Amino acid sequence: MTIELHPLAQFTVERILPLRVGRLDLSFTNASLMMGVVICLITGLIVYGTRRASLVPGRLQSLAEMSYEFVADMVESNVGHEGMPFFPFVFSLFMFILFANLLGLIPYAFTVTGQIVVTFALAIVVFIGVTIIGFIRHGLHFLRFFVPEGVPKLLLVILVPIEVLSYCIRPFTLSVRLFANMLAGHTMLGIFAGFAALVGIWAIFPIAIDVALLALELLVATLQAYVFAILSCLYLNDAIHMH
Amino acid sequence: MPQLDVATFAPQLVWLAISFFLLYLLMSRIGLPRVGAAIEARRRRREEDLEHAAQLRREAEAVVAAYERARAEAREQAQATIRETTEHLAAAAAERQRELTAVLTERTASAEREIAAAKERALGEIRGVAADVAASIAARLIGTSFDQRNIAAAVDRVIAERAA
Repeated sequence: MTIELHPLAQFTVERILPLRVGRLDLSFTNASLMMGVVICLITGLIVYGTRRASLVPGRLQSLAEMSYEFVADMVESNVGHEGMPFFPFVFSLFMFILFANLLGLIPYAFTVTGQIVVTFALAIVVFIGVTIIGFIRHGLHFLRFFVPEGVPKLLLVILVPIEVLSYCIRPFTLSVRLFANMLAGHTMLGIFAGFAALVGIWAIFPIAIDVALLALELLVATLQAYVFAILSCLYLNDAIHMH
Repeated sequence: MPQLDVATFAPQLVWLAISFFLLYLLMSRIGLPRVGAAIEARRRRREEDLEHAAQLRREAEAVVAAYERARAEAREQAQATIRETTEHLAAAAAERQRELTAVLTERTASAEREIAAAKERALGEIRGVAADVAASIAARLIGTSFDQRNIAAAVDRVIAERAA
């Protein structure tokens, strides 16, 4: 019996409704479907959950308020009051990644955030947005951000390029961190699920491992959404307050 | 690795842009203001309740203070009334005592006067009777009738001697 494992097959983007506009491929794919589901669930939670906002919240309203206050606190404590105009964006970002991560854990569900192009797009939006905010807030003075204070002039020759590099590397680290976590977790789950399909009665062991891994992945899914959001907040704080 | 299939980048990016923009609009225009309003309403309500409670407490304290004041006043008033009544009663009692004493004194005096008058009268009668008896005794013994005036004078003298 040959063992065939395709743990990466789960990341394949499949076109459900092929659609082309000129040279642009706008096909509705399983990724698009999951994004739609993510949007619907978040909207359901936040908008439907508060349709009859009551003083004593029900389950959905409690959840909506909890996530609101969680992200609001995150922005408030990391960026301060000036960060609140960007709260809706950070909230959308956090909820989108969180729901995409969690929904991806459902067997056979596509993981939106397991695609480097998606995580990189989100990270580059944050990066470009934050940089623009920095220049709007401080003008060319924002460039001082790359010049550490109280450092001998000679060292600046080395330090400034390092600072610039570490700034420009942010979208890559931000996107790869999320992508790699999702990739690794789902690949592991896929490998053990593949084993389970091959070993007959002994499938109980890989399934048990998968159950344990799923618990870990729930943590990772939540944690990575949090990490992505809080790093975005820290970058935003850098742009608004510099150092 | 399917993630590196460049052909899938365009549809993913386009749909990501559409869905994330839609999510941002839904959250920033509808969702978050609503949740924020609910939280704010609860916070305001809580503050109002606390304020209301503090207000009620202040009112209760004012009522208690007023009650204490009223009680103190009432006690004072009651004591004043008691004092006044006591004085009034004492005065009335003294007055009645005085009246009674006067009445009794008056009665005693009149009784004494009556007694004196009766005594006088009795004495007067005794004088008459004594004069008559003396006249008739003298007539029997010596057969002489004395002048009435002399007999009366003699009787008076004897009575005066006895009384002395």
